[in-house]
Amino acid sequence: MKPATDTIWDWLDKVPDPEIPVISVVDLGIVRDVRWDGDTVEVAVTPTYSGCPATTVISLDIETALRDHGLDKIRITTRINPPWTTDWLSDTGRAKLLEYGIAPPTAAGGPDACPRCKSANVKRISQFGSTPCKAQWQCKDCLEPFDYFKCI
Amino acid sequence: MTHTAAYFEFLCRMGDNTLVLGHRVSEWCGHAPVLEEDIALANTALDLIGQTQMWLGLAGEVEGKNRDADKLAMLRDVWDFRNCLLVEQPNGDFGQTMMRQFLFDVWHLAMLTELKNSSEQRVADIAAKAIKEVMYHVERSGETVIGLGDGTSESHARMQKALDLLWPYVGELFIPDAVDIAMAEAGIAPDLGKLRDTFDAQVGDVLAAATLTIPDGNFAHKGGRSGTQHSEHLGHLLTQMQWLQRAYPGATW
Repeated sequence: MKPATDTIWDWLDKVPDPEIPVISVVDLGIVRDVRWDGDTVEVAVTPTYSGCPATTVISLDIETALRDHGLDKIRITTRINPPWTTDWLSDTGRAKLLEYGIAPPTAAGGPDACPRCKSANVKRISQFGSTPCKAQWQCKDCLEPFDYFKCI
Repeated sequence: MTHTAAYFEFLCRMGDNTLVLGHRVSEWCGHAPVLEEDIALANTALDLIGQTQMWLGLAGEVEGKNRDADKLAMLRDVWDFRNCLLVEQPNGDFGQTMMRQFLFDVWHLAMLTELKNSSEQRVADIAAKAIKEVMYHVERSGETVIGLGDGTSESHARMQKALDLLWPYVGELFIPDAVDIAMAEAGIAPDLGKLRDTFDAQVGDVLAAATLTIPDGNFAHKGGRSGTQHSEHLGHLLTQMQWLQRAYPGATW
């Protein structure tokens, strides 16, 4: 029996992002589509950044999760149009990032506040950070450096 | 030249630019002047290599000779590469690397902006994806060129020297040949000459803020994009980049 696509979405919502394991691949907005093509389940995934090394691991993790749920005919496709945007990050995902210590993306292009002490007195150190999707910022009050999830 | 052959050449030019520059920039990994710059350079290299996979992946499909992005990157020799001469120039010091990056980034952004409207949907898709990354590249390289150009007398002198060295490699990016004309006629890529005004305006603004002077003269080294006359540096780069496939042909893991 074929599980409903809604059920599959729920399964995928339990697959953590390999680099930022507090959020799922669904929270991150990179799972674009789940559909049945005959008896094969097809999952469309979009990369965050074109060179992100996590992309291949994510596809493998998705496949493994679906196999663990008993599916054996699986096709993972890459879809680059429309390109991934941080607008696709779920509200749950944004809240989890903040709780984890990563400032979520904002349209203003910089974090609202330090994720630790909540001070708005922050400065940019570099537009590039520990992964392609993050920038390095620092709080000028508590002095802690922190990651900011870049808005693209 | 058939349409397919010209289209393949065009895709190789896009992919080889990002591949060769991506490799060059990756040579800094672990050697940059400060940690933040090391990370920024590695991230930039990663973006460029990611874009290479899309361009050369499509090139391989268009060619239809069972060559994927890996085969095109690792199993061709110098004369088959179609990158512009600018990106194969050695890193030099950090300033020279950033000047090369800046000149390329401004061209790259202008080119991708036009390619977003390509008549080939897949070209437009790759451009739309890449442009988001390149906007970060050009912001950083531009800021760095200004910071170092309008910095100390030492950093200013080095940036001026880098500009004098690299400027003659800029012209090649705007001189169309038969491939470019065919692509422009098909609506796949823009008329290269049209990009020049955008480029000159943006580069001019940044270099003025950086207190740097654009050298006189329009002499342009050519031969990278056609593959007829790469500089001596590309061969040396390939011996590093392709070392594994040259020592152990067909190795996989």
